[in-house]
Amino acid sequence: MNGDAGIIIVGAGECGARAALGLRENGYRRKITLIGDEVHLPYERPPLSKKVLLDHAEPRLPAVLNDLALAEKAIRHIGGASADAIDAAGKRLILSDGRALSYDKLLLTTGAAPRRLANTPASSRILYLRTMDDAIALRSHIRANMHVAVLGGGFIGLEVAASARSYGAKVTVIESQERILKRGVPELIAETITALHQRNGVAVKCGVAVLGIEADERHVGISLSDGKVIAADVLVVGIGAQPRTELAVKTGIAVDNGIAVNEHLETSIADIFAAGDCCSFPHPLYGGRRLRLEAWRNAQDQGILAAANLMGAARCYQAVPYFWSDQFDHTLQIAGLVDEGRTVVRRDLDDGAFILFHLDAEQRLVAASGVGPGNRIAKDIKLSEMLIAKRIMPPIEALTDGVNLKSLLPKAA
Amino acid sequence: MTNWVDACAADEIDQEDVVRFDHAGRTFAIYRSPDDEYFVTDGLCTHEKIHLADGLVIDDTIECPKHNGRFSYKTGEARGAPVCVNLKTYPVKVEGDRVMIGLGA
Ligand SMILES: Cc1cc2nc3c(=O)[nH]c(=O)nc-3n(C[C@H](O)[C@H](O)[C@H](O)COP(=O)(O)OP(=O)(O)OC[C@H]3O[C@@H](n4cnc5c(N)ncnc54)[C@H](O)[C@@H]3O)c2cc1C
Ligand code: FES
Repeated sequence: MNGDAGIIIVGAGECGARAALGLRENGYRRKITLIGDEVHLPYERPPLSKKVLLDHAEPRLPAVLNDLALAEKAIRHIGGASADAIDAAGKRLILSDGRALSYDKLLLTTGAAPRRLANTPASSRILYLRTMDDAIALRSHIRANMHVAVLGGGFIGLEVAASARSYGAKVTVIESQERILKRGVPELIAETITALHQRNGVAVKCGVAVLGIEADERHVGISLSDGKVIAADVLVVGIGAQPRTELAVKTGIAVDNGIAVNEHLETSIADIFAAGDCCSFPHPLYGGRRLRLEAWRNAQDQGILAAANLMGAARCYQAVPYFWSDQFDHTLQIAGLVDEGRTVVRRDLDDGAFILFHLDAEQRLVAASGVGPGNRIAKDIKLSEMLIAKRIMPPIEALTDGVNLKSLLPKAA
Repeated sequence: MTNWVDACAADEIDQEDVVRFDHAGRTFAIYRSPDDEYFVTDGLCTHEKIHLADGLVIDDTIECPKHNGRFSYKTGEARGAPVCVNLKTYPVKVEGDRVMIGLGA
């Protein structure tokens, strides 16, 4: 119908930007429009809790695409505009300013948004961290001797805690579960991370619920179930994220813990795809189990794969899930799904670094997790990822004895 | 004029692997290919300045340990997201059992 309408991508984050670049790389010649409700050029989020907070000079936007690249690749970026509705029958996208844009194919990369605390007073001292603007606001509140309270012992909360300590702030992490990183991280690794934070002066309080929060424009008081009240200068809330599915729901696209796509990243409506943090997809490596990941590499890889499939490639998404987190001088990395494992085998490396191999009931490697200073674990996690992808059942002794994991890979023919 | 610097013993690097070499305030990565050839590139990834020597060598590529950007260590060519800037490469030769790398005069 709209032969030259081109492809519209809603959501100018990591995934959307990678998809736009991927389309051009694959030789797509028609219009590409990248729409984002943030005013910034597409940028990477991982530095927001790390480098952007730590840069002592003015923070720089960790852009994925700058104006030059956009011009060179003929990608039209519309910033500060939110997509409000999809007219799927007419193949048009309606923006918040009333504009209607025609598309041949549509890709939704709307990401996720922080889960908000209910019933809290409005205060500039209660902060969330998802966007560059959030990071800039947070930076202005992190100073030596200020008390930064972090609600939620997940990755974002812990990374913020580590960054705030580097400024010499007093930091308290509050977690309602009995330990930090309860979701998807083995207990042994969580213990190492807890000790790392304590060694660096972070107070980690687990197993306490928040009973109430009082705040004005200068202080935040957090009442806890153990009877204590924490008086902080700022509260950073990191209690998880929710997929942004509003637009999909309105359009009648199937949603199941995220915009539900098939293995080709197609939604339930023809010519509309979804990818990245906003979508849930069946994973062939884990018996078609439906997953939604909030991970940078997944956003990048799904964006690239969506680009190919928007052009008719019909490729299956089957990358091994992968996540990393940097805290103080340590890096944690996880490949695969830890909760698919039944037994755990440990390998110790130098400098206190270690890897856990997670095997399923058939002794197939389904995940590997590790933590250590610098990038000590990176090589072994990467090789594990390759073993997981190839569905290898490695001999246990080989995993514990420290043989080069490369030798367990099938030899190329 | 190339200034040849003695970097390491040839057998200090495993086949299909990489080591880090620091010299005069700079850092390099020295590779030994599966077929026993040696190569040298700048030591830091062009994405976020991470030491590539902690990364994985497979065939003719080095994969960055941080965000898995890939380069050909033979040509320095960046091979896919998130890296887009090529790595600088340097001449290398093996003399006796020593690996020598050629830096600008
Ligand atoms: C602080 C922080 C640190 C992180 N650190 C790590 C890490 O160390 N390792 C790791 O693996 N992952 C990390 N992540 C996760 C990683 O950044 C995400 O997985 C990735 O950004 C997801 O990309 P995306 O493009 O799917 O979604 P997003 O990056 O969320 O982008 C979606 C974009 O779409 C916009 N949008 C949504 N709806 C609309 C609409 N209707 N109209 C227009 N625009 C819309 C949003 O505003 C947003 O800009 C981190 C995330 C955060 C927030
Ligand atoms: S630092 Fe090498 S890929 Fe990011």
